[in-house]
Formats: sequence, structure tokens, C-alpha cells
Amino acid sequence: MARKHTIQAGYDGRLEPITVHLPDGEPEPWDAQSKLRIVGRPVPRLDAVAKVTGRAKYTQDVMLPGMLYGRFLRCPHPAARLRGIDVSRAKAYPGVKAVWTEKVGRKLHYQGQEVAAVAAISADVAEEALRLIQVDYEERPFVVDATKAMAPDAPLVFADEKLPDAEDAPPPRAKVTAKGNVRSTVETEGDLEAAFAEAEVIVEGTYRTQVQVHSALEPHGSVARWEGDELTVWSSTQATFGVREQLAAAFKLPKNKVRVLCEYMGGGFGAKFSAGPWSIVAAKLAREARAPVKMMLTRHDEQLCSGNRPDSVQWLKLGAKRDGTLVAIHLKSYGTPGVGTGAGTGGPVSALYKAKARRVEEADVFTNTRAAEAFRAPGHPQGCFALEQAMDELAQKLGMDPIELRKKNLQNPVQVAELDRGRAEVPAWKDRGGKLSPPSGAGGPRGDVRRGVGMACGVWYKFYSQATQVEIEVHKDGRVEVKNGAQDIGTGTRTYMAQIAAEELGLPLEAVTVRLGDTNLPVGPGSGGSITTPSIAPTVRAAAYQVGQKLKEVAAGLLKVPAEQVTLGEEGFRGGAKTMTWKQVCSRLPGDKLTVVASRAKDYEGLRDRMGGVQFAEVEVDTRTGVVRVVRMTVVQDFGRPLNPLTAESQINGGVIQGVSYALFEDRLLDRHTGQMVNPNLEAYKILTVNDCPEIRAVMFDVHPGFNNTGAIGLGEPPTVPTAAAIANAIADAIGARVRELPMTPDRVLAAIAGARGEKRAQATPDQDHDQRKTP
Amino acid sequence: MNPFEYVQPQSADQAAGLVSDGKAMLKAGGIDLLDQMKEGTIAPARLVNLNAVRELRSLRAEANGLRVGATVTLAELAAHDGARHDFTALAEAAGSAATPQIRNVATVGGNLCQRPRCWYFRSAEFDCLKKGGTVCFAQAGENRYHAIFGGGPSYIVHASTMATALSAWDARLHLASPGGKSREVAIADFFVLPKVDETRENILKPGEVITDILVPAQPGTRSAYRAVKERQVYDWPLGEVAVVLKLHGQVVERAQVVLGAAAPVPWRAQGAEQALVGKPVSAETARRAGEAAVVGAKPLGGNAYKVPLFQALVERTVLAAAGLGA
Repeated sequence: MARKHTIQAGYDGRLEPITVHLPDGEPEPWDAQSKLRIVGRPVPRLDAVAKVTGRAKYTQDVMLPGMLYGRFLRCPHPAARLRGIDVSRAKAYPGVKAVWTEKVGRKLHYQGQEVAAVAAISADVAEEALRLIQVDYEERPFVVDATKAMAPDAPLVFADEKLPDAEDAPPPRAKVTAKGNVRSTVETEGDLEAAFAEAEVIVEGTYRTQVQVHSALEPHGSVARWEGDELTVWSSTQATFGVREQLAAAFKLPKNKVRVLCEYMGGGFGAKFSAGPWSIVAAKLAREARAPVKMMLTRHDEQLCSGNRPDSVQWLKLGAKRDGTLVAIHLKSYGTPGVGTGAGTGGPVSALYKAKARRVEEADVFTNTRAAEAFRAPGHPQGCFALEQAMDELAQKLGMDPIELRKKNLQNPVQVAELDRGRAEVPAWKDRGGKLSPPSGAGGPRGDVRRGVGMACGVWYKFYSQATQVEIEVHKDGRVEVKNGAQDIGTGTRTYMAQIAAEELGLPLEAVTVRLGDTNLPVGPGSGGSITTPSIAPTVRAAAYQVGQKLKEVAAGLLKVPAEQVTLGEEGFRGGAKTMTWKQVCSRLPGDKLTVVASRAKDYEGLRDRMGGVQFAEVEVDTRTGVVRVVRMTVVQDFGRPLNPLTAESQINGGVIQGVSYALFEDRLLDRHTGQMVNPNLEAYKILTVNDCPEIRAVMFDVHPGFNNTGAIGLGEPPTVPTAAAIANAIADAIGARVRELPMTPDRVLAAIAGARGEKRAQATPDQDHDQRKTP
Repeated sequence: MNPFEYVQPQSADQAAGLVSDGKAMLKAGGIDLLDQMKEGTIAPARLVNLNAVRELRSLRAEANGLRVGATVTLAELAAHDGARHDFTALAEAAGSAATPQIRNVATVGGNLCQRPRCWYFRSAEFDCLKKGGTVCFAQAGENRYHAIFGGGPSYIVHASTMATALSAWDARLHLASPGGKSREVAIADFFVLPKVDETRENILKPGEVITDILVPAQPGTRSAYRAVKERQVYDWPLGEVAVVLKLHGQVVERAQVVLGAAAPVPWRAQGAEQALVGKPVSAETARRAGEAAVVGAKPLGGNAYKVPLFQALVERTVLAAAGLGA
């Protein structure tokens, strides 16, 4: 029986009562006025010491008796047919225990595709054995560049094969067409042509973003062990239960015969949802060798063929009234997800601003490259890079403050308040006085260095998974164990699970032990879409609440008062004038322990299903060398209830660092003639390191959203969405020219500066005075 | 990685003997060597570790200059008072390369002899000209980091930051060979352009070992080294410049300007030197030196940005050497 309850929800001090309907077993939600003891406090990660001392065992660290080491042989060509393969010498090589091969005749669609694998007594022996395998490839025509793949005479990636299934169903109004290597979706809202006709100011431009590789610190990999017909797989994964499903299907096993473990994981970012060949082939080799097999990708494998964020070419046109009201938005975007799907970039264009008409045309262009995987806010950093630069251009053309322009058009009122907060937090923006201002730093050789400040908005969504259960065991000695089988991808799941249970049960944090990352524990979500926290946190609380209710009944019997009169707090159980400690009551539990399993309740009423966030970038650009230094990033992000401000801030730091790296450095480069990757390593595939890391200021914007009993929302993705766009706008402020392509490396910055000079000579525009001030 | 034999000689002469059969390779810091072995582009049968050879480890100021043993680390050179004071560009270069961890292990001799960082050369997938193939994939391929001077038929840039700085000082290298023989070569004669031999970067013969480097004393000089990198640590320069100036009052008597990451060898910018000699150092003369430095540059499809970049870098390094810039 659902019961009614009123909570205080809202943002930035603007609270309003909302009536929510609580299902059975749900505690009264924590809201804006709840005073909490442990939740919301900065608690160092419970596993911090284990991680820094090496006691934490990642998949890479798993060692089993008699374990063998597996390595893959990969196709060096972007397109080929496997005409023949001879593994006899590898099989005979001393120390080799099992060999797997791909089926002869199979078409191979990208460089790095698995062709064979060897399990041996050491990784070195396995690698030596790989060199003894003779492969006969029939090389086939290929295309690795999205633009070239769209040409009518381009080689077909899937000539006589089915196209990969799209991950998400197309929106209801969308039209989907497939031709050649291109599958496109068009979605129109309103009368676009009429809206553009009505527009008084129009901007349009083309923006390009690169392919980004996830580059997790721990590569993909698994250890597989058979015991009879039961399969145990330790895997570096962000979806323990998803991997279990896939392994059960691959080996035709009932799910309860497969166990997947991931106690600690070294980064996923979206590329570690699937069982993958590293699990499936490891299990096949293990079965053949009758010994456990560890199959970790090498760094080369990881960079070459373990997933990526698709590139994009985005043509974007915005139409507005003189007063800044957006009326029309038109995006045409394509990119390559390789042999996978998911190159769309239309999210921000659809979800950030209001406009009476909108058309989003997106296309997946198949190429002979490794399939893309989800990557931290799929499509959104790309989409924001175009949209938020175009918004700045529009502001410039209208003579409007870019913040005021955005405030006028944003769909999400929380974000409007965030913009005001951001403006107050960033003195450099105030100095800029809204419009673009003259650069600082004149005089001497340092005069070549221009400072700039820019901002951008992001958008993300509130998702959760109802397929989440949490078990709590209370032992007779008072120990509490909180269990969920999902993994802690690194966001601090383990720590907040303990915090919430301790909070609810009036216990110190140390009294709670957390067990996770094991499919023999209750089901939990895959860590995608920032759903882990909003799925698990409320379920932990519900379970703890139900434990409390049950123990109150036990205490009531002992205190000789009705259960409704018993309270549970730090002092223990109180009823009438008497108190019993937690341990005293637990010692009187019938049987060995109390076990409660709670399921994630459906979300109830709340404020809004979108997340905002705005970021300000302050940069220095060396106008003679093109080198960009990001000095400071200020992030104003709606947090919901930060369960643990330390790990919440870590999410901001991580998202921004990955965003700066995407903005300035990372780029998967394929040789244009051979289609092979030239930088499958961490030397030439450049990722931000310590000297390029800006100061990061996280401003936790107060939002109490309702929806669930903790008020928690997921933070994994939002902080990386607007970073590159904000930096691009700051660079434009610094140099008076736009860099419309990622990464914004010195060559592109210098080209933009040179281009702006050329343009100015060629034409006198109303902006000329301004541009002259900005350009060195 | 292939199995290999590992030997640890006690003298340079012994070391030279152990590498004379052409199947062995010298290992000092091991940074570059292990990279290549792990990539599978080389598979030496024997590694000859130089780190136990005491005579290669000395670093001292002598009457005729600074003597730098081949296995002195970049970190030691960067921290050496004499180097910092009298050979500023050299110390700055040593302190700029790679990362602190690598500089603690990487040696001056190893740095000079390292192979190019060209991604085609470094990948076992590409049978490139430098590895005995027929094509320089960079020429019409992905060449953003490649040569704008001295290219053809290979378009690598020389990877050694120490070579750039040592060339600006006209350093002399001592090479030992088996049987106690040795020879001395000027650094300008040590490096080889691809048009002479595209498979090698220097004249070192099998069995030869660099024992030490003499950086000649040049009283009254001032110097500076500057680099531009995409990433501010753990990155190879897009361009680097070492400048040594002999000044009489404000007037330049002699100038040495060397560009690194510009060509397959350390590239002497003689035009820039001529633009400086006989003139006082000023923003204007520095600008002219920068312009002169890039005359004759032949960029490829993807590296034209290096031309204005080197122009700015020469200008700045000249001013820095004269004490006029940052």
C-alpha cells in the first residue's frame, strides 16, 4: 500500500513541497531538510589503503594454481578474408597448452580483429608461439575514413552481411534509411523552413571531432576457470551481470553455472560492458587446456581494438530573433562507429535549448575500424563542441552576453541558476564584461600569450535500473554486511553503500562491511548512463530501513513495548524509558543472522529528469606556437545529494581531466593509405598528464531532486560533457578565431590564427574592430 | 620479446669487443632499446649492458671543457653546476627531455644514439625504408611530426634533444673500438642524412662505443635551449632550438643556432647565425634570425605549422640566450 509523504525539493534554496507516493518497504525520503550524520560527509574511500598498497586485487592481479596465459593473434589488415591458418608449429611449441582459431573463410572487418589465440605457461611463451602461426589472408578493399566511406564507389564494409543492430531504438518520429555504408536517422520537430524564414540572425558552421580511445589504466581482460560444467570468470568489467548473461549464452549454460567476479576495476568509461573475446576465448582455451587461463589485452591491443568514441563531422545552423530567442536548430552530423553503432551527436541539440523547430539528421558511417563502444556520455562532448561554439558565435553576432543568450533559451531552469552562480564564481568572466574583451598579457615575449575565458553548458539524464537488489545480513555479534553484485567502476560505490547502511541503522561506518562485484550476490546494474548510484544507493537504504524495522520488532519484545514505539538511533534501540544497544539486540536474534533483500522501488515524484551543469575554462594561448594551456576549469554541476563529497568531487576531476585531454591531445590516427593505426600506444596517443592538468574548481550546486529515498543522482558522465566546448570558447576569446576541430593542437590553433588574419584582409566585417583587438 | 643473452662488461674495450659481431646491441639506460624490443622491431641476440663500466660514468669540468661520460644520466647533467653555469643550453636540454623518471635512467650517449620516433619506423606493421623496405610511409602519410629540412628519401626527425644542444656547442665524441683503439669525431660529422644512408642516423660502426663527449670551453658565451611540446611533460618536442652566442658588449661575434625535431639530423640554421653576427641582439635582430632560420624549409602535407613555430622558437631562444627573454 503506497503511502503519501511530503518532501522539500528544489534547488539553490528555492524549495517547494512535493507530495510523493511511497511504496511499501520504502523509508521516508531524505530531502533538503534532512540532517544526516555520515551520508554527505567527506569519507575517504574504504578501499583507498588496499588500492595504494596493492592489496586490492584487480583482474590483472588474479593468480590461480596452474593458470595459463593467453594472447591473441590479430588481423593486421583493415579488411580481409581468412583464407587459411596453420597453427601446427604453435601447437607444438614447448609450453603451449591450447590454441583457438577463427573459422577459415570468415571475413575480417578491421585491423586488430582476433584471428587466433594461444594459452601457454607464460605470456612470453604465448607471444613466441603466436609468431609461429601462418595465416593466409585474402586482402580486400577497405575504407577507414567516414567521409570517404560515404562516396558512392566506396568499398562496402558489410557487402553481403547484415548491418549491426542499432543500440537504441530510433525516436518515434525519426525516419531511418540505410544505403551503402551509411545508416541515417532524421527527426524533425515543427516547421523548420518557416522557422528559419522567421529568424533574424543565423549562424552556421562545420565542426569536427576525433576518435577517442578509452585507454583505461587496466586493459580489458579476464581469467576463466572451469570446475566441471561451472564457469568462473574474473573480469575487468563494468557489468558483472551483463558478462554473466553473455557467457551463459555463449556456452549454453544456465546462469547459475556462471559466476563473474570483479572486486576492483581499473577503469572502463563505457568500453567494458561485454564479455568480449578476452572472456569467451579465455574460457574456450581453459576448457581445452583443462586449466585456468588469464587473457589480458596488451596496451597495444587496448589502444588498437578495444573500443572508442566515434568521430564526427557536424554541420550546425541556428536561427534566432534579434532578442536572442532561438527559433530554429538544424544539425546534420555523421561519424564512424567503425563496424559498430552509435556515432550520433544530436543529444545536446535536442535537450539543451528551446526552439519552435528543430531537425536532427545523424548518420552512422560504417568503416573498416574496430566497433565503437559507449564512451562517457556518448555523443554529448561531440555535440556540445559544435552547439556551444555556435551559441557563442550567435551571441557575438547578436552583441549579446553569451550567458544571457543561453539563459533565455535553456530548457532546464536549474541550469539558468547555475549560469548565474558560475558568473559569480569566475572573476575572469566578470572582467570580460559579458562581451568579448581585449586580451591581457601585453608586452615582452609574454605578449605572445593571450588569455581567454569561455563557458559551455552540458546536459545529461537521470536514469536508474529497477533490476537492482541489495541484501543486508546482520549477524548476532552486530556485524552488518551489505551486498550487491555490481562492480564499483571507481566512483566509490563501496564507500557510499557502507555510509548509507550505517546512517540508516545508527551505526559507525566501521560496523558495516560491503561485498560487491560478484554475480553470486544480488543483482545490480551495469555502470552505464550514470545509473549505478541512483540504482544502488536507494536500494541500500530501503534494505537498511527494512532491517531496522525487523530489529525494532525484536527490540520491542525485549523492551516490552509495542514495535511502533521503538526508535533506532546512535544510542541503539529505545522504547519507553529503556535503551538497548545495537549489539544487545542483535545477540538476541533468532537463528544465526537476519537477512533482508530489498529491491529498487520505482522512482516516485520529483523535480526534473535532466541534469544541467556548466563549465568555465580559463586558458592561455601562445599565439606564436599554438600551444594551449588550460589554467583553470570551474565546474558548476547539479549534484543531487552528494553521498560523499570526496568521491563526488573525484567524478568532477576525472570528467574534466578526460575532457581537457579530449580537447587538446587525444586522437586515434590511422594511416590514410594502409588503414592501419599509427599510434596504438600511450606515447603517440597522447593523454593529459600532470603538467597539463588545470586547477579544477568544483562548485556543488544544491539540487534536491526527489525521485528516490536518498536524493542521489549519477555523476559519472555530466562532468565531461561541456569541457571541450568551454575550452574552445575560451580559445576563441583568447585569439579571436575559432578552432572548429578537435583536438585543438598547435597546428590547428596556428591555422585558425592565420585563417583569421587572411579573412580580415579579405573582407571588412562589422566585427572587424573587435577582431583586430583580439588577433595578435 | 625474444630470449637474449645479457652481458655486463667492466670496460669500454670489453664492451666494444662484445658488440663487434653485429648481433649484439649496447644497452645503457635501456629506454629506447627496450621500446624497440617490445614493439618487435628488433630482436638482438645479446645485450651488452654498459652500466658497470665505470670509465663511462664520469662528469667533470676540465681545462678545455666539460667532459661528459657516455652513461652520465640526463638528470645528472641537468643538475651539474658547471654545466648549468657555463653550458646553460646543454643543462636546460638535459632537464627538458622526457620525464623525471626517464631522465634518472636515460644516458647522454644513449640519447645521442636513439633511433627515430617515427610511428612507421616504430611499428612492426610497416616495412619502411629505414627498416630495409622501399617506402617512406611518412612522406605522403601521417607526417605531422616529421622533417621540414633535410628530408628524403626518409623524412624522420632526429629524436635526440642532447644532439641538438651538443651540436650548438660543437661537441666532440670519443669512440672506442676493440683492441683499445679509439677515434674522435666532431658532432657535426657524427650524424648521417638519409640521402647518405637511410637505414642509419650516425656513423657508429659495429663494435664502436661512445666513451665520452667533450663540450669545448667557449669563454664569454651565453646560451639557451627552448622546446615546444604539445604536452608539457612526457612528450617529444614539435620543435626545439639551442642557441650559443659569443657577445662583445651587445654585439654578436659568433652565433650557433641548431634546430632539433626539424630534420633527420641536428639542423644547423646557418642563415639565422649569419643574421645575428655583427649585430646587437634585439627584438628586431632576433626576429630576423627567426625568419632566416626557416628559409628553405620544405614542409610535407601535415607539418607546415612547424615553419612559423620554428621561426618563433628561434626568435625566443636567441633573446633568452642574450638574457633578454623568458
